[in-house]
Amino acid sequence: MIEGALLLAALAAGDPKAGEAIYPRCQACHALAYDRVGPRHCGLLGRRAGSVPGFDYSPAMKRSKLVWNRQTLDRFLADPPSAIPGTTMTYAGVADAKERADLIAFLARADCARP
Amino acid sequence: MSSFFSIASPNAARRQFLGHSGFMLSGAAVALLAGRDALAAKSNDAAAGDARILNTALGAELEAIAAYQVGAESGLLEKPVLALALQFQGHHKEHADLLAKTVQKLGGKPVAAKSKYAFPVEGLKAQADVLRFAAQLEQGAVSAYLGAVPLFRNRDLSKAAASILGDEAMHWAVLRNALGENPVPVAFVA
Repeated sequence: MIEGALLLAALAAGDPKAGEAIYPRCQACHALAYDRVGPRHCGLLGRRAGSVPGFDYSPAMKRSKLVWNRQTLDRFLADPPSAIPGTTMTYAGVADAKERADLIAFLARADCARP
Repeated sequence: MSSFFSIASPNAARRQFLGHSGFMLSGAAVALLAGRDALAAKSNDAAAGDARILNTALGAELEAIAAYQVGAESGLLEKPVLALALQFQGHHKEHADLLAKTVQKLGGKPVAAKSKYAFPVEGLKAQADVLRFAAQLEQGAVSAYLGAVPLFRNRDLSKAAASILGDEAMHWAVLRNALGENPVPVAFVA
């Protein structure tokens, strides 16, 4: 029982190393430390959606009033266009919950010193 | 980089690659440019949604064009590699041109190239760094198009996006090969 709970907790927390291997999927549009077609990812967790200074967000993202945390990111990454209709992140999403958890774990450690 | 490709010679391999590379984009161009009626028949909401997807792709293509320009002007690329980089850049220009025209057809306003892009140029010290940088962009592009294909309301646009995906996957594979990596390491891209 305890082992099962620990396993569930580990899955929820995600594996940042595994997330790093998934992150290249994001790199058509994003980088960790600088803005591209999409905004930079460092400092993402805890940030209000649409709030990186100087980045040209969609009106939908600016209006969303989301704050990025594990739950909101999980929901968004599962299906961005459904989570925030009108977002310019026109990507079908990461369907696998474990992959999302791993990716979020990696993003939580995203380093602004690393390109 | 003494052995750019493992088959024949670098120049022969390049000729072989380039000889085939225009084929898929031609398919996309035909699907889009001949598809005016089908595009017009879709609802405004669907057209606006499709234009938004295309505009995101256009933004990435414009960035890729600028990135290849940085690589081309770096002075780090050997002549055959430079020629290949410029050829790939040419593909991205063709993609961007087609995407911009299609956004307009759908009633949207194509995004313009940024006046300045932030690239990690301080990390580009050798030809391999440039190739790795380009490979990373191409890999991301493959994933982005893969994520866009199922979203289009107009299936002709899905087909066109898949055609561009195929071209960019070829770029990625060639760049991996040039880096001495397995050019096609998996059976499925993600």
